[in-house]
Amino acid sequence: MMNVIEVRGLHKAFGRTRALNGLDLTVRAGEVHAFLGPNGAGKTTTIRILLGLLKADTGEATLLGGDPWHDAVELHRRLAYVPGDVTLWPSLTGGEIIDLLGRMRGSVNAERQKTLTERFDLDTSKKARAYSKGNRQKVALIAAMAGDAELLVMDEPTAGLDPLMEATFRECVNEERRDGRAILLSSHILAEAEALSDRVTIIRDGRTVETGTLAEMRHLTRTLVEAELLGPAALEGVAGVHELTVTGSLVRCQVDHAALDEVLGRMHRAGIRSLTCRPPTLEELFLRHYSPERPVAGVQ
Amino acid sequence: MTTGITGTGQLTKLAFRRDVVVLPVSVLGTVALVAIVARDLRVLYPTAAKRLAVARTGGENAALRFLFGRLNGTSTGALTAWRFGVWAAAFAAMLTIFIVIRHTRADEEAGRLELVGSAAVGRQAPLTAALLAAVFASVAITLLACWWLPVLKLPFAGSAALALSIGASGLAFAGVAAVAAQLSKTARGARVIAIAALGAAFVLRGVGDTDPARLSGLSWASPLGWVEFARPFGSAGERWWPLAFSLAAFAVLVGAAFALAAWRDHGAGLLPDRPGRPAASGFLRGPVAMAWRLQGGVLLAWVAGYVFTFAAFGAATKGFDSVLGTSATLKRYFLRIGYQATVVNAYLSAVMLLAGIGAAAYATSAVLRLRAEETGNLAEPVLATATGRIRWGLSHISVAVGGAGLLLAAAGLSTGLGYGILTGSVSTQVPRLLGAAVVRLPAVLVLAAVAVLVFGLLPWESIGLAWSAVVLVGLIAVFGASLLWPPWMMDISPFTQIPRLPGGTVSAEPLLWLCGIALALGVAGLLGLRRRDLGDFGPSGLAARIRTYIEQSSGG
Repeated sequence: MMNVIEVRGLHKAFGRTRALNGLDLTVRAGEVHAFLGPNGAGKTTTIRILLGLLKADTGEATLLGGDPWHDAVELHRRLAYVPGDVTLWPSLTGGEIIDLLGRMRGSVNAERQKTLTERFDLDTSKKARAYSKGNRQKVALIAAMAGDAELLVMDEPTAGLDPLMEATFRECVNEERRDGRAILLSSHILAEAEALSDRVTIIRDGRTVETGTLAEMRHLTRTLVEAELLGPAALEGVAGVHELTVTGSLVRCQVDHAALDEVLGRMHRAGIRSLTCRPPTLEELFLRHYSPERPVAGVQ
Repeated sequence: MTTGITGTGQLTKLAFRRDVVVLPVSVLGTVALVAIVARDLRVLYPTAAKRLAVARTGGENAALRFLFGRLNGTSTGALTAWRFGVWAAAFAAMLTIFIVIRHTRADEEAGRLELVGSAAVGRQAPLTAALLAAVFASVAITLLACWWLPVLKLPFAGSAALALSIGASGLAFAGVAAVAAQLSKTARGARVIAIAALGAAFVLRGVGDTDPARLSGLSWASPLGWVEFARPFGSAGERWWPLAFSLAAFAVLVGAAFALAAWRDHGAGLLPDRPGRPAASGFLRGPVAMAWRLQGGVLLAWVAGYVFTFAAFGAATKGFDSVLGTSATLKRYFLRIGYQATVVNAYLSAVMLLAGIGAAAYATSAVLRLRAEETGNLAEPVLATATGRIRWGLSHISVAVGGAGLLLAAAGLSTGLGYGILTGSVSTQVPRLLGAAVVRLPAVLVLAAVAVLVFGLLPWESIGLAWSAVVLVGLIAVFGASLLWPPWMMDISPFTQIPRLPGGTVSAEPLLWLCGIALALGVAGLLGLRRRDLGDFGPSGLAARIRTYIEQSSGG
């Protein structure tokens, strides 16, 4: 299968700041690819290079089989983009902006645009200056998804959306995948990537630290369990339990998905007074896996 | 009305803090202009006979009365009040309008007042603080003028009457702005309402003054008319009671504004919010249509301003020759700027030069819109579509070029009409002045091309550099000729190369040269745009090195 995005050893510096430091990224046709990294890792810089807005210092980048810098206009007919920081022209209405961006890209699917507008519940007759952050985000999302693009590039697309609209967004992404579109989705929220993506690339300080399918990265998706127990639960030494700390009746540990049933069973038998289970945030993962003192794991 | 003003003191301090430069400069500038006019008139018309001659032509010319108001005497003070009293009052009004709206509706629209409102601050406190700042500005103008004009040996009573009239106009329009800030939901809308009220006041007074015998009532209905009815330095003595009108208007309008502010919701306006089009019209297809749509409103305002201003300049031409006739100094000044044999042509040529520099300023701002879009993250979504950088750049450049042409045509047409209607020679004046205006276009294009060049090659410095070029050309135009600057300095300005129309001889050669230069600069800028990174990065290589060097050498 052909890769829609192929990036190797990308470097980019702004003055003395090095934004990208040998970044690799491969997005296959038809897949939803999550592009993860903490703030300032170089996600937006990479995307801007892929869009031909910035010129890479060294390294190779291929987008839809073309050169993102030289073939920008031709390539842009085949992709759609949702910026990370959505600003809109205050004097135009949301509807005008959606139409205009679609026409400038060259493909408008009126039927789809109408459905999306209804699903995202956007009042398109309002001037952009009157929109909240979430509504501005909706305008950018509808404009991008209403076309017939082969590739969607989205920079933190759910910023500002409420949980209801986030669910709608996830449905839409799944439909796009079914239609065979490839999606590059940058985010700093691991749960979002987990819910949507086929494969994940994690970057830090302008360098790729991990890439693969979610199954291959199960170690990143442990659940953080915190419980207050009535008695001792004897979790020491159970397979799949990591970083266990017991402070009096408080128990804190990270649990692989396979061991979750076993661990909760033991806790239940000991008697549970309170319990929280949540996935670790990306920041916690980075602190644990990629903090400077530790060797960088899983570099290809 | 006395409840809900908790926190006003803090907010007033904040307002002064934010306006620490603008406020003193505007106050000083307004009064300084009055003082400069007074001084110039004393130098230009030193004897009573000369002043009488000016007063006769000035007082009898309806067009000049429309522009400046009616003349109440023949002393230097009376001439000053006539020539600049109404205008200074309009300047003071503009100042207070901007102060009041800046600290009320603009903050509310931007969401800053929400933050302030959540603190221990009464709901009337922001309006009260803004009004206090405006009152302070008006009082400062009054006191400064009361001190400065007597220093120029003008009688104190007249100086006080003029100073109080100007300050009172500031107060009256602070009240207008306070109400406008309650009506519109956007700061821009509020400014439009208040400035339109000021414009209406000017026109009302102007029309009333063209025929004082029959239309006096119109002038009385205008706050700007009250300035002339106070008769500063008037031969019949000052009249103080018209000042009470301004104060009464201020009180009534402020009361209304407070009542409206207490009644409406935060963030809401009283005028209905017009919904826009739910879908784009067929016209809005590509980047060019988009650029015209985005910049159209501002261009329209410029054209309206041009039509009004240059119609007034044209109308003033008729009285001009006779007014100048009594002052050899002023005549010399105009002949030098205009390089003409006759004073009327010299004056009209100078007016067209002004039109050209104004159009250059417009074109520069229209080109720099590209930079604003770039740093505001608005270029990104457009360039991520199938729009190339050159096409995007040309879209806004087309507005700059087309808009500048439109402005020059408007200037030529309205000057021609203003002068032609009064002299019964529309058919000769309109084409003559239209040509004189449009011939300035190549020079305007050079300045627009300078903006394109710096935008393409030195984006971070582009705003400063492009405006410096406009200011330099403006300085050469205003001071160069009268101060007899050396030819090489005059030659820096592309306007120096333009045939001095009307009246001068035309040759195509310099015009073609200028067009060629503009084209070369523009192409170089666009090529730079195609090669560089897009986004808001710091200074360019060279400037960054200079900055680092300065920082290092000054820091230690």
